Amino acid sequence: MNFWDFLLHHYTEIFSATLDHLILVLIAMTVAILIGVPLGMFIVHRPAFRAACLAIANIFQTIPSLALFGFLIPIPFLGGIGKRTAIVALVLYALLPILRNTYVGLTAIDPAVLEAAEAMGMTSTQILWRVRFPLSLAVILAGIRTATVITIGVATIAAAIGAGGLGSFIFRGVALVNNSLLLAGAIPAAILALLADFLLGQLERRLRVT
Amino acid sequence: MCTKTVESQGTLIEFSHVSYRIADTSGRGIVSDTNFSISRGETLVLLGRSGSGKTTLLRLINRMLSPTSGKVLIEGRATTEWDPIRLRRGIGYVIQDSGLFPHFTVAENVGLVPKLENWEPARIASRVDEMLNLVGLDPRQYAKRLPRELSGGQRQRVGVARALAANPPILIMDEPFGALDPVTRAELQVEFRSLARRLGKTIVFVTHDLREALFLASRIVLLELGKIIAISAPEDFLHLDHPEVKAFAASLAVSPGASV
Repeated sequence: MNFWDFLLHHYTEIFSATLDHLILVLIAMTVAILIGVPLGMFIVHRPAFRAACLAIANIFQTIPSLALFGFLIPIPFLGGIGKRTAIVALVLYALLPILRNTYVGLTAIDPAVLEAAEAMGMTSTQILWRVRFPLSLAVILAGIRTATVITIGVATIAAAIGAGGLGSFIFRGVALVNNSLLLAGAIPAAILALLADFLLGQLERRLRVT
Repeated sequence: MCTKTVESQGTLIEFSHVSYRIADTSGRGIVSDTNFSISRGETLVLLGRSGSGKTTLLRLINRMLSPTSGKVLIEGRATTEWDPIRLRRGIGYVIQDSGLFPHFTVAENVGLVPKLENWEPARIASRVDEMLNLVGLDPRQYAKRLPRELSGGQRQRVGVARALAANPPILIMDEPFGALDPVTRAELQVEFRSLARRLGKTIVFVTHDLREALFLASRIVLLELGKIIAISAPEDFLHLDHPEVKAFAASLAVSPGASV
């Protein structure tokens, strides 16, 4: 059976796996943004805590994804087999680009603008929300974009711990040495990644100032 | 030192034995035992070479810096006793790179301090128009533009309008025309001088350009290596007998078309 016949016979399964995949990525990204962006804002004025945060986020990135999924399985509450563990691992992966870009975006602002803001009598909270944050949105979004593309890829491996998604086709394809199965997982994952990259790139361009 | 104006009653800003030191050893930006006062309504120009401490003195006024020793008094109260936010909202600030907010329109930039002070929107809008007219920009044409859509001279005009918007009694300016081409610079100097006379603000103006100092100042304070070496009315300045004054006077002679 060639790939096109396979598609014809299994498109509903592929579609539902793609949907599963997308939901996994969306949940993980939402959690990663809700943690990463506020944390990035928090570490701007706290150098010691910042170093620790970035180092820890960095370490998570260096752990091979399959190993990270494995490490999480025995951990109570967060771990186990299934979607929850996968989401925890994906969040840990997505955190570094979001955290780092939020911090970089908030600090890489024209010093004359910050000087003017301070000299005009803005409080540091007002400077954060009205000046630093809007001026760094494009950089923060670039981090979210990178994290999303990474997460879509890494999420295929989450199938190894029973999280479902497009990875289940890939793992079955590897086990059965079946290229059609492999492609049925890999191609939709690649399309999702390209699409996310394109759409978030458009949004980023729109938010860029100067 | 020769001091010309009577300072006793109208003093608004006073430097009393002010020193400011920083840890690094370059010696730039330090100020040692500075004493002088600034009267209401005068335009005081701080003149000196790069690193002479003139910007440091300026930043001590709005408490962007606090003195290492001594006191800077604003309306008789030390800056360190003021709430820095309140103090700064009463002091307009204009800098060389304009420091306009790139994500705000011209109108939003100018209306920022009034907005922070919770003015009514209608009052802010009419104040913004008034300020833009004051600095020679037609509000209908410029209010909705972003800073990047303006020329350097227009940006500095907006910077001045923004500094004046909440009607602060004091205006401090750090080489506001320093980055402009000579023609635009001269235009703005002429307009600013008449503006300053009309508004009656107390202005402290930093420059390294003697010509600008002579043109704008009611008094000139000359600084060298963090110390005041002369305080003088502009008409007497060139007659002072000090090597640094002579060095500055010589700078007039080399620049093209020099005759003041």
